Amino acid sequence: MSEPVVSMKNISYAYDQKTVLNHINFEIPKGAFMGLLGPNGGGKTTLIKLILGLLKPDEGSVQLLGGPIGKFKDWNRIGFVSQKANSFNKGFPATVFEVVSTGLTANVGYFRFFNKNHKEKIIQAIDQVGMLEYTHENIGNLSGGQQQRIFIARSLVNDPQLLILDEPTVGVDYENVQRFYELLHRLNDERQITLLLVTHDTGTITEHATDIVCLNKTLHFHGKPEEYTSLSEKDLSVFYGHPVNIVTHNH
Amino acid sequence: MLADFLEYDFLRYTFLTGLLIGIIAPLLGTFIVVRRLSLIADALSHVTLAGIAFGLLLEKKFAVTLITPLYSGMAFSVIGSIFIEKLRGVYKAYQEIAIPIILSGGVGLSVIFISIADGFNTELFNYLFGSVSAVSINDFYTILGISIFIVMIVGLLYKELFSLSFDEEHATISGIHAKAIHLLFIVLTALVIAASIRIVGVLLVSALMTLPVAASMRIAKGFKQMMFLSIIFGEIAVVAGLITGYYLSIPPGGTIVLVSLIILLISIAAKKYNFTLKKAHENNLQKK
Ligand SMILES: Nc1ncnc2c1ncn2[C@@H]1O[C@H](COP(=O)(O)OP(=O)(O)O)[C@@H](O)[C@H]1O
Ligand SMILES: [Mg+2]
Repeated sequence: MSEPVVSMKNISYAYDQKTVLNHINFEIPKGAFMGLLGPNGGGKTTLIKLILGLLKPDEGSVQLLGGPIGKFKDWNRIGFVSQKANSFNKGFPATVFEVVSTGLTANVGYFRFFNKNHKEKIIQAIDQVGMLEYTHENIGNLSGGQQQRIFIARSLVNDPQLLILDEPTVGVDYENVQRFYELLHRLNDERQITLLLVTHDTGTITEHATDIVCLNKTLHFHGKPEEYTSLSEKDLSVFYGHPVNIVTHNH
Repeated sequence: MLADFLEYDFLRYTFLTGLLIGIIAPLLGTFIVVRRLSLIADALSHVTLAGIAFGLLLEKKFAVTLITPLYSGMAFSVIGSIFIEKLRGVYKAYQEIAIPIILSGGVGLSVIFISIADGFNTELFNYLFGSVSAVSINDFYTILGISIFIVMIVGLLYKELFSLSFDEEHATISGIHAKAIHLLFIVLTALVIAASIRIVGVLLVSALMTLPVAASMRIAKGFKQMMFLSIIFGEIAVVAGLITGYYLSIPPGGTIVLVSLIILLISIAAKKYNFTLKKAHENNLQKK
């Protein structure tokens, strides 16, 4: 078996005095579609920031694509759609093409211009998320779900091996959430992109993910979706610290 | 009407300088507006005023002619811009506080320099509201050099500037040097302001950077288009403003801003009209 895409060993992190992550051990296998669940404030975004090297762990080590994170240089191999991605300034006058092009900016490098090849990549990425007809539309004119697709396209232009999405479906209606998961499923299947998805849609994620992780300061669960859904409500309320209802969608 | 501007040297240099700032002010203005930094332009123009007052003081009291007010204005403006970036770093959660600090500092220094020099009424009036006759051949060449430099840097770093303006977090994560580029950008802004003050004046220079952008923002598709439209609007405002200012003996700052405002109103109206047309069309479709 090939080495994991992400591997965290004994990670702890505290903001000032407040411990947010406590001795986390976990791996994302290559090709996985991992759903990261947990209550608000459970440390999901913090965990992602540690994977992206935006925060340094107080304890433990992170390996990315097989190497220590301190030496990692290949940032364009990692795609990231932030929790804040759809709180951007909706009036910003940029077309879909322009927004997706920003994914290539650092990759192309200073004092260089986009060439034909880059432009084709941008168009391809827009096509992959099914938004081709909106290429020259202002991003502010699109719906929340469509905007999320554009932010995914921005990550796809670099052919990432790992795509991390932090609560991308908040504020997106049910219909579009389903289409969104189908898109992720396709990227995972056809392009073998490893996915790490933070979400609260427990019903939908267990239908699509290959692995589920529950995080609330420590890792409470790490296993297959079937195992997760077979957990009793009592087990889950221990993770969340309060009673939970498992929401399953009937089709 | 243009004849005078082509015939007399001093007017010709004013006119050519006007064409230059009609490009560079809206060019940087585009980034300033989308990054919500419009007030920084105002703060910097007041610091520039302090620099100009300092230059005039040197000229008047010490007969220094090597450092012209344009150069001292530029120096103050650039130093002020670096201060603003630093202050924005210090007050992370209240970045706009940098603006009143720098603005009042600029005005305070100006007042001190002006009173030490026992006032310089007409020159100062020119610097506040702009002047048709103020651009010397030396100033013109300096501003030409600055303009070429600015257009080159913005062209070369366009995709980085755009990425940072759209989503700073993403740009930083992907490895763009946000701090260095911000600093460079604000220094360029300071240079544009110092270059523009001769013609539009301290009080109205930020208008030339922002009004054409505000107008084109309403009708443009995408960022690049907005940038080009802003420059076209900026040029129209400068040319029409300079000519009417000259013939009506009004400081061009006033006429340039008035033309910009008219363009802005037209673009708002155009958008509205377009919008209602679309609505009417949709209503018709629905009726069918
Ligand atoms: N920059 C920060 N400074 C201090 N505390 C923070 C910061 N970011 C997050 N926290 C705290 O850390 C905890 C975990 O936050 P986060 O990782 O964002 O959780 P989640 O994404 O699971 O909702 C929360 O209690 C939050 O208040
Ligand atoms: Mg979060």
